[in-house]
Amino acid sequence: MSEVNEKNYLENGEGFASWFFTVDHKRIGVMYLWAIAVFFIIAAIASFLVRFEHLTPGQTIVSADTYNVLFTLHGSMMVFLFIVPGVAASFGNFLIPLMIGAKDVIFPKLNLYSFWIYLAGAAIFMIALAGPADTGWTFYTPYSIETGANVILITLGIFVLGFSSILTGINFIVTMHKLRAPGMTWDRLPLFCWAAYATSLLQVLATPVVGITLLLLIGERYFGLGFFDPARGGDPVMFQHFFWFYSHPAVYIMILPAMGIISEIMPVFSRKPIFGYKAIAYASLAIALISFLVWGHHMFVSGQSKLVNIIFSVITYAVAVPTAIKVFNWLWTMHKGSIELSTAMLYSLAFIFLFTIGGLTGLFLGALAADVHLHDTYFVVAHMHYVMIGGTVFGFFAALHFWYPKMWGRMFDEFKAKIAFVLIFIGFNVVFFPQFIMGTLGMPRRYFNYAPEFQSLHQISTYGTWIIGAGFILMLWVLMRPLPGKAPGNPYRSVSLEWSMDSPPGTFNFDEIPTITEPVYNYGTKVEEES
Amino acid sequence: MGFFDVTSKIIKSIAYPSEMVPSIDDHADDGEHHFDPVTEHESAKLGMWLFLATELLLFGGLFAAYAIYRAKYPEMFMDGSKSLDVVLGTVNTVILIFSSLTVAVAVKAIQENRIKLVKLMLWITIICAAIFAVNKYFEYTYKFSKGIFPGTDIFYSIYFASTGVHMLHVFIGMIVLGILLRKVYKGKYSKENFTAIEIGGLYWHLVDLIWIYLFPLLYLVG
Repeated sequence: MSEVNEKNYLENGEGFASWFFTVDHKRIGVMYLWAIAVFFIIAAIASFLVRFEHLTPGQTIVSADTYNVLFTLHGSMMVFLFIVPGVAASFGNFLIPLMIGAKDVIFPKLNLYSFWIYLAGAAIFMIALAGPADTGWTFYTPYSIETGANVILITLGIFVLGFSSILTGINFIVTMHKLRAPGMTWDRLPLFCWAAYATSLLQVLATPVVGITLLLLIGERYFGLGFFDPARGGDPVMFQHFFWFYSHPAVYIMILPAMGIISEIMPVFSRKPIFGYKAIAYASLAIALISFLVWGHHMFVSGQSKLVNIIFSVITYAVAVPTAIKVFNWLWTMHKGSIELSTAMLYSLAFIFLFTIGGLTGLFLGALAADVHLHDTYFVVAHMHYVMIGGTVFGFFAALHFWYPKMWGRMFDEFKAKIAFVLIFIGFNVVFFPQFIMGTLGMPRRYFNYAPEFQSLHQISTYGTWIIGAGFILMLWVLMRPLPGKAPGNPYRSVSLEWSMDSPPGTFNFDEIPTITEPVYNYGTKVEEES
Repeated sequence: MGFFDVTSKIIKSIAYPSEMVPSIDDHADDGEHHFDPVTEHESAKLGMWLFLATELLLFGGLFAAYAIYRAKYPEMFMDGSKSLDVVLGTVNTVILIFSSLTVAVAVKAIQENRIKLVKLMLWITIICAAIFAVNKYFEYTYKFSKGIFPGTDIFYSIYFASTGVHMLHVFIGMIVLGILLRKVYKGKYSKENFTAIEIGGLYWHLVDLIWIYLFPLLYLVG
């Protein structure tokens, strides 16, 4: 190793200050990872309590008011503190410079400030828990104006978190424009970077709209502006329009990076070039574009005009096209490949399976007539969890295992990790598949109580949380106890740039900025001969 | 590391980012420049333009609310607009447009190393911003004295919300320009290093541009 890269990034500096004031993108990525992991665990515990409450109709462990608080805490924390910043900020920060052949992101200090702003927003969010919101994560008016809960503080926290999201997005976009290594043309850019680029675009263009929406909500509570209050000539549905103009694209902020992860893992463990590179890359951009035009499908029963409903419904169907393109390309990448079922690959396969279920049930909800029946039922809950857990979280776990050697410089116990995977996969389906059935039978979501005939389905769903919970704990235990010995630089014989250096990478990533001469995912050619 | 050490380090690193000591000493080897100057200059500009796009979308929400409610309550907007002070509004418009000129001159001047002119132009820009704020203060207090507050009706809510958010941007602009001016006095900028002034100027143009839309939409529709 050269002089500048004498120490790897984990060894370069010890103690709190060396992390908290670092401008190293890898350390910042790791700090994001820890932060989102903490919030993921808190929010998951809230959801386990929600499910436990549903073991019996009526009160089981908590009161109805506490129940409202718990599902709001679960939803808002998962969305704003875990899944929106989650994969993009943690793995995006860690991987993008390594993948494009740069020594850091373009604005390293801004990157650190983004993280601090994230922490500040999270702190405000946590302080707001002193008078916890009971509105659901969507803060729909008029209830969010009337409730005595601490809505101003929690929305202010989310407003601050939005800044972090925007600044990270700007940083990534400019990084990918300006810092690609020589020869790293756009059509050699790893697909994770394409996905991160599309995500960043969404973060930059959608987040300010939720910012102004939440500001207006604060103004509504504080000054009584009246925009969303029919008594003052306002319109509560306008809040929904504003809110979903951000929050629908935000769904793709959550899922696109996970799709990028799957696109990275598929070729490595199939030993084949990715099928349809350009199609996947452009599909990311197409999803980003179309996602801005479908927000009305959250409001089919809110009294929009029929024409508007039809238009939103049609465009919603259109999103399925680029998404399906990705799924088919991943499948075809495996076709006749030499598939290795590593833990990361298992999570990726589960992603394709579960995300397809989540995506297709989304079309049920995008269909006008079906949505009237299914709206605000457990069917919606099951659908969005199939996309968000089956999609994003499984993608996230795949990344945790796949880049584990690169990030920590150690290997983990594959066998135990696979057991954890099986528990999580089974548990997840036991929790959420019955919810599809409950939803079609008419069980409304967010209700404290339920009719006795739903009890057995509710109980199955609750038992599932215990299985998935056991899986989470086992996974955490496996990952916290790496195997002895140092990980090799490239344990998977990957041809991607981020595996071309030692594990963990040196402080400056590359001894010198590499020159790229080959297409990305060039399997079955040179590498096979060398190995 | 104690709480106060951390706090003071955070404040210091925000106030003097360029003097910040990264924990990784190697990163500091090239001083201010992490990457080569041309890349840094182009990147900073691209980053700023992206940020301006987010600002437009932030105000986009307010403009959308304006469009919806003006279509719904045309009379209310006519009456409300008539009650606004067109003279003060016009004066403020002229002041802001003029300040956009002065900041543009400052950007041009720093590229020619005319430091004195840069200082003068930044001073004028900041003073213009201050005059704008004072005028706005009188406008607001006059409205309050007549019993008009945010929430009086939808028009005034939009008026106070959009000019208020804009005013916040004026204050931020003043702080940004003030920091730049201080650094000019310290001799930090030259024709080789003027990126900060250029992107600060871009931000100020945006503040101006938003007002150019707000002014006719609020003051002149009556």
